[in-house]
Amino acid sequence: MKKYSIFAIARNARTHHENWERAWRSPDPKPHYDVVIIGGGGHGLATAYYLAKECGITNVAVIEKGWLGGGNTGRNTTIVRSNYLWDESAALYDHAVRLWEGLSDELNYNVMFSQRGLLHLAHNVHDMQEIGRRGNSIYMNGIDSEFLSPEQVKEMVPIINLNCRYPVMGGLLQRRGGTARHDAVAWGYARAADAMGVDIIQNCEVTGFKIEGGVVKGVETTRGSIGAGKVGVVAAGHSSVVAEMAGFRMPLESFPLQAFVSEPMKPIVDCVIMSNAIHAYISQSDKGELVIGGSGDPYISYSQRGSFDQIEHVVGPVLELYPIFSRVRMLRQWGGITDVTVDRSPIMTKTPVENMFFNCGWGTGGFKATPGSGHVFAHSIAKGEMHPVAAPFSMDRFHTGALIDEAAAAAVAH
Amino acid sequence: MFLVKCPWCGWRDQTEFSYGGEAHIARPLEPGQISDQEWGDYIYTRTNTKGIHAERWVHTQACGRWFNALRHTVTDVMWDSYKMGEDAPTPPKDWDGLTCCDDHKKLAEGAKK
Ligand SMILES: Cc1cc2nc3c(=O)[nH]c(=O)nc-3n(C[C@H](O)[C@H](O)[C@H](O)COP(=O)(O)OP(=O)(O)OC[C@H]3O[C@@H](n4cnc5c(N)ncnc54)[C@H](O)[C@@H]3O)c2cc1C
Ligand SMILES: [Zn+2]
Ligand SMILES: [Zn+2]
Repeated sequence: MKKYSIFAIARNARTHHENWERAWRSPDPKPHYDVVIIGGGGHGLATAYYLAKECGITNVAVIEKGWLGGGNTGRNTTIVRSNYLWDESAALYDHAVRLWEGLSDELNYNVMFSQRGLLHLAHNVHDMQEIGRRGNSIYMNGIDSEFLSPEQVKEMVPIINLNCRYPVMGGLLQRRGGTARHDAVAWGYARAADAMGVDIIQNCEVTGFKIEGGVVKGVETTRGSIGAGKVGVVAAGHSSVVAEMAGFRMPLESFPLQAFVSEPMKPIVDCVIMSNAIHAYISQSDKGELVIGGSGDPYISYSQRGSFDQIEHVVGPVLELYPIFSRVRMLRQWGGITDVTVDRSPIMTKTPVENMFFNCGWGTGGFKATPGSGHVFAHSIAKGEMHPVAAPFSMDRFHTGALIDEAAAAAVAH
Repeated sequence: MFLVKCPWCGWRDQTEFSYGGEAHIARPLEPGQISDQEWGDYIYTRTNTKGIHAERWVHTQACGRWFNALRHTVTDVMWDSYKMGEDAPTPPKDWDGLTCCDDHKKLAEGAKK
């Protein structure tokens, strides 16, 4: 892998940028891998990267039915934060934020991580109580978290209308939160993993498993059978479908979640603003588009498009809070299929099939966790035992009752 | 956004209804007798079907009644609904949420009340 740098740009300018090395190979699948990862989203690619880099396992394939990052990784609104309520979540999400902080250097790929600050608005007494409780827990876990008065909110976001139908009573700010470039995360991990020998196989769908005596031996794909010592399933919205191929069911439901962007405009919002009470959040991309999202559709679906009525539910409150946007035109709208658990926490787990591991249930909020998730999942697969940070998120919590309820931190906010 | 068929009011916009999750999940008769695993499965584990899904709906904005329905979760097209306690209808075997062959369609239409 040739290093990306200012000198590389200069060198390549001399040949009219026609000789850049391909970012990763497109190999044919080998007959057998030590580890097969199903799903070429950010989490799957990060898993492969850390397997190769930290666990010394380089005979790895990432198998993706479509194109890299074409799932939720390329469809999300890129919010990164670690302001969750419980200790288990704090450990996991802040581990990710710390990795984000050095990720562009580590991957030699600009993931455009921008810690521009993330502001949760409170609009009523319940919101104030919720951010009060959560803010203090976050603080006690050593994660930055500040309460803002309405005046401080106004100072940070001058265009906000504090006294609208949704009066702003206060806010919870995580300054280390922000956004990152979603595609770059997938591409950066892919390029770095490929350089260590990981085979990235796109346009290849896993259609079944080879399981002998309760132990997984390989996967069936649209490009033939591939043997595997271990399998990591990182298939987001399709996790239940893949689990069915392996003969078990998951505590998951798949819901469409949509987002939209406006036409690009000059910088006007320099942080991320979200709001639990009104299911609408907003930020501005470096290109200048407003990135706007809301809540998921209220029924399971694999349709990968959001319903129209949700648009109105989101745009209405956005215009109440920021009347200046009333004439902004929307450019694109899309949906992704999010795999949601009842406690709004992910699942990182062993399964009833030996040597098969699942990493899923990230639902509407897993982009922020990509580096941390890949990191602890890689170590879990390598060792055959869940990493201590991942262990509380095992599937058995759904019958022991040890749920990690992040409904307030993650059911609406992403 | 799609159409939902209320057995009493007919086809209406989905926004008039509230979704009630997977249908036909029976509460274990003797909760004290079953394992934590089985109880957890009953509460949390779902089929989450990609394809034809049996599910519950309630006509919140109108008659307020609960019913079951079959919907294809890729196209969001509802095949038919049925009253609580009734057997599920049988869509054509090869219905992909939009089309199926004529033979299977005739068979299924015959079964549709
Ligand atoms: C509209 C929207 C907004 C969001 N906003 C945020 C946000 O602001 N912040 C945040 O933290 N999170 C957000 N999320 C959630 C976030 O996108 C996901 O949690 C995260 O990207 C999941 O990453 P992943 O790699 O696990 O999944 P994905 O990127 O979906 O990757 C899974 C891959 O598996 C592949 N696959 C599935 N089945 C098979 C098979 N049988 N064979 C081969 N490949 C298969 C799929 O094609 C897919 O590429 C949002 C999601 C959506 C949809
Ligand atoms: Zn009705
Ligand atoms: Zn037919």
